[in-house]
Amino acid sequence: MPIEIKMPALSPTMEEGTLAKWLVKEGDTVKSGDIMAEIETDKATMEFEAVDEGTIGKIMIAEGSDNVKVGTVIATLLEEGESADTAAAAPAERSGEGANAAPKEEQPADKAPNAPESTVPHKVETGARQLYDAAKHDAEVSDPAIPEGTEMVKITLREALRDAMAEEMRKDDRVFVMGEEVAEYQGAYKVTQGLLDEFGPARVIDTPITEYGFAGVGTGAAMGGLRPIVEFMTFNFAMQAIDHIINSAAKTNYMSGGQMRCPIVFRGPNGAASRVGAQHSQNYGPWYASVPGLIVIAPYDAADAKGLMKAAIRTEDPVVFLENELLYGRTFEIPALDDYVLPIGKARTMREGKDVTIVSYSIGVGLALEAAEKLAEEGIDAEVIDLRTLRPLDKAAVLKSLKKTNRLVVAEEGWATCSIASEIVAICMEEGFDDLDAPVLRVANEDVPLPYAANLEKLALLSSAKIVDTVKKIV
Amino acid sequence: MAKAPAARKTEAPQSDPAPNRAPNRERPGEPQSYRASKDELLEFYKQMLLIRRFEEKAGQLYGLGLIGGFCHLYIGQEAVAVGLQSALSDKDSVITGYRDHGHMLLCGIPPKDVMAELTGRQAGISKGKGGSMHMFSVEHKFYGGHGIVGAQVSLGTGLGFAHKYRQDGGVCLAYFGDGASNQGQVYESFNMAELWKLPVIYVIENNQYAMGTSVNRASSEDQLYRRGESFRIPGIQVDGMDVLASRGAAEEALAWVRAGKGPIILEMKTYRYRGHSMSDPAKYRSREEVQAVRDKSDPIEHCKKLLEDQGVGEAELKTIEQEIRKIVAEAADFAESAPEPEPAELYTDVLVEKY
Repeated sequence: MPIEIKMPALSPTMEEGTLAKWLVKEGDTVKSGDIMAEIETDKATMEFEAVDEGTIGKIMIAEGSDNVKVGTVIATLLEEGESADTAAAAPAERSGEGANAAPKEEQPADKAPNAPESTVPHKVETGARQLYDAAKHDAEVSDPAIPEGTEMVKITLREALRDAMAEEMRKDDRVFVMGEEVAEYQGAYKVTQGLLDEFGPARVIDTPITEYGFAGVGTGAAMGGLRPIVEFMTFNFAMQAIDHIINSAAKTNYMSGGQMRCPIVFRGPNGAASRVGAQHSQNYGPWYASVPGLIVIAPYDAADAKGLMKAAIRTEDPVVFLENELLYGRTFEIPALDDYVLPIGKARTMREGKDVTIVSYSIGVGLALEAAEKLAEEGIDAEVIDLRTLRPLDKAAVLKSLKKTNRLVVAEEGWATCSIASEIVAICMEEGFDDLDAPVLRVANEDVPLPYAANLEKLALLSSAKIVDTVKKIV
Repeated sequence: MAKAPAARKTEAPQSDPAPNRAPNRERPGEPQSYRASKDELLEFYKQMLLIRRFEEKAGQLYGLGLIGGFCHLYIGQEAVAVGLQSALSDKDSVITGYRDHGHMLLCGIPPKDVMAELTGRQAGISKGKGGSMHMFSVEHKFYGGHGIVGAQVSLGTGLGFAHKYRQDGGVCLAYFGDGASNQGQVYESFNMAELWKLPVIYVIENNQYAMGTSVNRASSEDQLYRRGESFRIPGIQVDGMDVLASRGAAEEALAWVRAGKGPIILEMKTYRYRGHSMSDPAKYRSREEVQAVRDKSDPIEHCKKLLEDQGVGEAELKTIEQEIRKIVAEAADFAESAPEPEPAELYTDVLVEKY
């Protein structure tokens, strides 16, 4: 049997990519370690090496094909004595299908009509995939911040963040970016792509892998009058720097009686990624949101990411800006406005409803919207609120929605204990008690470190099904 | 087994370093003791005396319960800050840890504003919301006053970054103690500062004790001026009890940094007479040890002798003493009588903007 060469996953979240170039042709012999092809995603370009010895039989996906799903057979490798004809197997049709698949119509790969026998480990249904898939849900309610009739363009969340930084850097030469791999590598998650070219190495600065040190250097630079954007490769690594975020950045204005400002943005991916295990999968929203003196922002879609990032860079206060790694590659509509800035501290109604309110933020919003759709099928009309800013929290928006629906569930991709959800519950008890027709419930990740195994990860993470079940307890 | 060391010993002569081996990279020159004019010397004397009397008064007020919390006094170390900061220009910035009163006075912050902060009053430099360890004056380019051991080293490196980014010609003087010199973030900062040639002078005020732990008990390399070697940051060890040696070292360090050669370390050998903080009974060292330093190496007595050698009479010195006592007494009176912050002040300055 010829060996099937399948489209590889270059990262835990990659589900498709571009087969940029074949470096071998049919009939070539390869041995393990030979580079066969170049694969590209929006994040990275990688060389794809052979792991077996043999002759290239049939190339099934032409170079230059986009949207090739991970696991698609892209070529066959013949062992001694085999001919290419025997290898021309059924999956050939996949090439066309994979290349033309519209991103909007993504289906779970294992249900794709022409998928080969599903033994590709990547296609195991993981919890992170559920989060990711739900994140295609857009708001039904248009954002009041966007003027009527504004042209909308499609953009990835990653690009939206980069554009926000670039626009602010053009306006204000005190703004600079520092962090690991932000410059020459173009960003570990490619969020800073292109910034080095435009702004040069004095303003886009690669740091050594020393979070505690460079968080302090950035904070000191802010104290000295600059406006740093400090990127953490992920907020998991910012644990080493949390002292400067809290003790140096958040408290100085207060301790100096209002003299010493610290206008800095600490940003990077936050929350569970895909199959990266306990040390790389944490939501720090509740941690930072408990600290007076900090602004904490956790956007869901690209428009909010851009508008709030620009606001974060402009404000005089220190900001923790929590992005979501799973969402970076997601495409959303964003208003084509010259200077799109959103107010900090204002929640957004993503879907209007009358029976129950689901409050969430960041990637949880996608799940909440998905849950609302499922609930609608059962005749339950759910309102979905995206908090967007975790500190200061838009209490008024939560209480207003509670007044309307009288029932509320908080859905959070994170632990429930001492969470944003706990905070919302307390707010509803203290200030919305008379509007409550049922207890406010929390639905969140399980109270365990995030496991690696796909099935356990899925069990541990928040899902739209869990949100639906929780809502049904009180409606 | 027992023979192994002996065997190694026979090889020892071959690995002897050549005594006059040239350094493999440029080094700052050997600092010279500063040649102060009589007026300069008088100024140094006044500044050291101000710090000494101010700190003694702070100690008294602490004993009376007027100052609370932690209060770390600078008594004994005066020559370090006076010598170094007298060499700064108004472009330069200063940052330090929690033993900060002396550095603040030298930045030109009025003694009464500092003392009122110590007593927690509205008129304090931080409106009474910072306290002894957390005082700042952006106006005087004094950036704190930081309570976390070693934090100011990274922050000071960032101030140096800002000087370089803005090309304003300034240098950051970042003070820290022998205890902080063992913190990890210090080395992360050293690395970046040298990598990016930042204008920072790292001043290690080695007063021999990190709280109750002597340098030798806490530091595998106790010659702290060498701590930058693996980052290619040169270091100079300085007699921090001698204000002229201190000033001379500042001249050399500033010349190095202002020439764009990157950071430099000054290890200032000094001694604190009092406990680590007011609540430290200082049982880890003998009274004789402290007394010996006071008798033999006191920086103020040393300066006084130099002044006497230059013909400054006892009457003039007495007048100075009285002036200083008056300033300190007024600061203390002010700090005791000034009102506490308004309760509404509790909620101000948490954030700068409204959301």
